[in-house]
Amino acid sequence: MASTPVDDTPQGEPLVYVYEAPVRLWHWVNATAITLLFVTGYLIGSPPPSLNGEPSAHYLFGWIRFIHFSCGQIMAVGIIFRFYWSFVGNYFSREIIRPPVLSRKFWKGVMLETKSYALAEHSSRRYVGHNPLAILSMHVLFVWVAVFMVVTGLALYGEGEGPGWIHTVFTGPVLLLFGNNSLTVHTWHHFGMWAMVIFVLVHIYAAVREDILSREAIITSMISGWRKARKVTPID
Amino acid sequence: MATETFYDVMRRQGITRRSFTKFCSLTAAALGLPPAYAAEIQNAMETKPRIPVLWMHGLECTCCSESFIRSGHPLAKDVILSMISLDYDDTLMAAAGHQAEAIVQETIQKYDGNFILAVEGNPPLNQEGMSCIIGGRPFLEQLKEAADHCKAIISWGSCASWGCVQAARPNPTQATPVHKVPGLADKPIIKVPGCPPIAEVMTAVIAYILTFERFPELDLQGRPKMFYSQRIHDKCYRRPHFDAGQFVEHFDDEGARKGYCLYKVGCKGPTTYNACSTVRWNGGLSFPIQAGHPCIGCSEDGFWDKGSFYNRLVDVNGFGIEANADKIGVTAAGAVGIATAAHAAASAVRRARQKAGDEPAKAHDFEGQN
Repeated sequence: MASTPVDDTPQGEPLVYVYEAPVRLWHWVNATAITLLFVTGYLIGSPPPSLNGEPSAHYLFGWIRFIHFSCGQIMAVGIIFRFYWSFVGNYFSREIIRPPVLSRKFWKGVMLETKSYALAEHSSRRYVGHNPLAILSMHVLFVWVAVFMVVTGLALYGEGEGPGWIHTVFTGPVLLLFGNNSLTVHTWHHFGMWAMVIFVLVHIYAAVREDILSREAIITSMISGWRKARKVTPID
Repeated sequence: MATETFYDVMRRQGITRRSFTKFCSLTAAALGLPPAYAAEIQNAMETKPRIPVLWMHGLECTCCSESFIRSGHPLAKDVILSMISLDYDDTLMAAAGHQAEAIVQETIQKYDGNFILAVEGNPPLNQEGMSCIIGGRPFLEQLKEAADHCKAIISWGSCASWGCVQAARPNPTQATPVHKVPGLADKPIIKVPGCPPIAEVMTAVIAYILTFERFPELDLQGRPKMFYSQRIHDKCYRRPHFDAGQFVEHFDDEGARKGYCLYKVGCKGPTTYNACSTVRWNGGLSFPIQAGHPCIGCSEDGFWDKGSFYNRLVDVNGFGIEANADKIGVTAAGAVGIATAAHAAASAVRRARQKAGDEPAKAHDFEGQN
């Protein structure tokens, strides 16, 4: 299933096309949306200082909420698209969306990478896409948190929109799950935001660190799609 | 049983036909029904026998009754009480003691399966219900017995609907809302939450049940949609200030004087389903936000356990200290930030030592995981 190495560098190390264009586009759209969602979401919880003058002259909080809702819906559409792409895209496109959690080899890889990150052992393995630990953390800390945020976010959005399909599909059931209390959903949506912040911190740190330590262009591969691979090691 | 209709009772009480007709149209309007329904309500009132109601009081503060008898509706205080044939309500009835309790038995026997059980307050389950004794026995028993024989149950107020203050943590008496009482007969329950519910909402719900002999349409949580499908926030007259970003920062600031949005001083309007911002209180005179106080969300499940009334961010227990989602989030993100910095430093040191030749850099293992 691994992509065939297509190009050879002068050192004899093949270049692999890891991230297809739709995946890269999704990544950067998401990164932008999440940044905006964080800023506007924080402001919705703790609004900026009050404005003076006629209310008709301002629409500040309206804009903050509009940006938040728009980015949230872009993220929701992105997740649906990305799930679809994990079926039609290349081998690497399904790594973080549908990880091989039933594969023993995958979990062994997670253990080895954990040891390596704990600096107990030298990083010894090469994976063209993500390493198993990266896959696991992205699947749990990103994919599931993102789904949670989209579902709770749509539930809260449906409250303002009133009766309609979003209210029926998301608001009603989500409120029931959270003890019939909208305030509790707000609190968990808030926790989700901080979980996402933690993911972003770890994600950026790990990418920069790998970029430096592995002498591979990890960061630019999310722009060009190509990554140098000494040896392709499928993760399952 | 006498076939005395609502209309008969009203006339007997000296209410004119003109007032009666006005009451019917106002009730139809309050229920959000088209004008044609005024005649239907009138017809029902003139032809249907009164439905007896047992109004029971468990652990409660009687604010529901206080609200109910103050229905700003022109005729409410005279009419509604007669209209529903309130056979038993220990705070309103003249009878007391054994005489009063006998009425419960009489109603149960006479109207078995045909009366409405209105519950104000809730039963405590701990100590076999000893924390609430009515007529010499636990309210829990009285409630269960009446529920066995009633047609339907109205859960008045936040106590009966959700538990309210007596069920707030740590809930020492294990006060339990009506629909969660174990062993209670499986009867249809309508929840009319609020602490207290709005008088006109209470009278309208009763009028609807009497007119159509069924509950109004309920939402997923069992509340009548006509009054609880929108949040206070959705119809709040201060909403333009919210969208503009004009907030009261302190109760004595310029914004408070100008009537800005109370969101920043903890208004729970955006998370509270009730009709206060449309129906309002005391005959449509005002409601908390109009009086300059944030909504405390009294009709929401567990509103006592959601932290300060004056803060939007809910306190989260279980961390030893009072904390909210932002404090916990910043702490966690900070800890992760420090951890990554430490990890980066450790990685750099290790790499420097490798380069210096202190540690032999192992050749990368390309064997895969086997």
